[in-house]
Amino acid sequence: MTTTEGTPLTSADLAGNGVYGNDPDVLGKFGIFGGRYVPEALIPALDEVAAEYDKARSDLEFLREFDHLLRTYAGRPTTLTEVPRFAEQAGGARILLKREDLTHTGAHKINNVLGQALLTKRLGKTRVIAETGAGQHGVATATAAALMGLECVIYMGAVDCERQALNVARMKLLGATVIPVTNGSQTLKDAINEAFRDWVTNVDHTHYLFGTVAGPHPFPEIVRDFARIIGVEARRQILELTGRLPDAVAAAVGGGSNAIGIFHAFINDKSVQLHGYEAGGRGVETGEHALTLTEGSVGVLHGSRTYVLQDEEGQTIESHSISAGLDYPGVGPEHAWLKDSGRATYHGITDAEAMDAFSLLARTEGIIPAIESSHALAGALKLGRELGPEATILVNLSGRGDKDMGTAMKYFNL
Amino acid sequence: MTTLQTVFEKARAENRAALVGYLPAGFPTKDGAVAAATAMVEAGCDVIEIGLPYSDPLMDGPTIQDAVHRSLTNGTRIADVMRTVEGVAKSGAATLVMTYWNPVDRYGAERFARDLASAGGVGTITPDLTPEESEPWLAASKEAGLGTVFLVAPSSPDERIARVAACCTGFVYAASLMGVTGARESVNVAAEGLVERTRPHTSLPVCVGLGVGNGRQAAEVAAYADGVIVGSAFIRRLLDAPDEASGLAAVRELAHELAEGVRR
Repeated sequence: MTTTEGTPLTSADLAGNGVYGNDPDVLGKFGIFGGRYVPEALIPALDEVAAEYDKARSDLEFLREFDHLLRTYAGRPTTLTEVPRFAEQAGGARILLKREDLTHTGAHKINNVLGQALLTKRLGKTRVIAETGAGQHGVATATAAALMGLECVIYMGAVDCERQALNVARMKLLGATVIPVTNGSQTLKDAINEAFRDWVTNVDHTHYLFGTVAGPHPFPEIVRDFARIIGVEARRQILELTGRLPDAVAAAVGGGSNAIGIFHAFINDKSVQLHGYEAGGRGVETGEHALTLTEGSVGVLHGSRTYVLQDEEGQTIESHSISAGLDYPGVGPEHAWLKDSGRATYHGITDAEAMDAFSLLARTEGIIPAIESSHALAGALKLGRELGPEATILVNLSGRGDKDMGTAMKYFNL
Repeated sequence: MTTLQTVFEKARAENRAALVGYLPAGFPTKDGAVAAATAMVEAGCDVIEIGLPYSDPLMDGPTIQDAVHRSLTNGTRIADVMRTVEGVAKSGAATLVMTYWNPVDRYGAERFARDLASAGGVGTITPDLTPEESEPWLAASKEAGLGTVFLVAPSSPDERIARVAACCTGFVYAASLMGVTGARESVNVAAEGLVERTRPHTSLPVCVGLGVGNGRQAAEVAAYADGVIVGSAFIRRLLDAPDEASGLAAVRELAHELAEGVRR
């Protein structure tokens, strides 16, 4: 196993100044996707967030503060780890992991959260709310709120509260109020509905610290920009380590923030394939999956036009995944655009395939990944066999698996 | 068919506000919704909004969420919504559909507009369709002869109010408060200011909804608005009733009280 430290980042790396292109238009559209489908009451708040973010992204003071937090608090840059024993199962291709699991709080979510918490302070708001699925975004939000002295309320589906009990306890310990959401499917989508209801009621002093690249404009853009550091670092690190760009980048896709985060710096590198792995759940044929991009259709969910799991009358179909963080029937609009434009390719990974990869990485490399990230690992195994032993694959190891021990104990009879 | 224009002209002639009642299709049952809405009309509602039940009603409070959930569990489909509109329109009320955008988008804007017009509907209220995204719906509605109603909110700056009002035909829906649907102890004082700020931007009637649940509140709102919109309070009566007959009696009683309120 070899590792490399990334070179320090400059503030310019964090600036969303359009150097990678692919910024949404004035209506927040990526092609036909994105936009705003929300109650009129929220439009001024979205405008306010967008205007403040526009100022912040070119404000050196803001960028320095964000950069400082990423280094001294989140633990960036995260390292790149080569995993040769794991890669033996991938046809001998070279596999490198971007270790977001090593950040403070244990997942890539911390990047976006620190950026948005700073933005909250700029907006003069004193309270943050957030939705959470696996609990990683909730924990990250509660962490940033504690750090910056903000009141924090987390909405979490009651089903998710149960399967991620450890993260509920962490959020409470960090001083957040966790509200279990008992309506609908009691998972991430319902937590988002409830967070929007809170926001429209308390918008004068509350920022909705959205956790993924979905939702109404400007959230897909803001969350992407704050997560973009993952790919910026990884691109630099892999060039240093291997002397060339990877052949493919693999990431898990639920709402899509970790995937966009690592994809973005490679969008203009046409030789680099971008592969997103959605949760295939119990298998596409069972209907119990979260294959939004690969099996869904274009619609509107949570304020944005994108791919949605829906029936022929536009009712959302409940998703399923063994990983709470991928259990979402929508997806970020920029992924919808990347899919339709052909720049990125999306595939399904079943619960079983993900759990096999989860176990394999633990046994071969001593790294216990999040079950979410295990979908990308399973994808990389397939990709390696396709691309052959000469290929180099960069995988976003978006989070660590400590939170998944309950699920793993049940699954593997540990 | 009663049009929105005739409703508001009649109300104005009687020197009162119009009474607008909301009920989701398929609640408490498919037939029960028609019966309840008809009772509301008989007891004084001028306009009925039939809600199209949607799986992710992010603007609705617990009462409407509960009703919509039951409706979807009852298997309510868009065809049932259209049948409900047809049944209610027969009662003589101007009948609208209130819907989140995705079901219409998926069904097809033109097809939806055509089917709603054939069912006797006079228009739609679309709470999550912003002016920026409204073009296909405005075109389809115009083609089918349907009215379009959009919402303004206390947070809306004047230029947004102007933009939203320009998309409206029929009336402008002023949301009385920052929040979700549901009856409240008192109607937000911001509502009157919002109606005042909306007037210069439209010659259409301005109706107030969110948080209105009794005759006193209806009278208070009727003093400054052209219409009073009540939803959750009707649903509450139906949810609390031990059987269908007492539910009907309860919504009838509430409609009477509200109708009396808008005439005070």
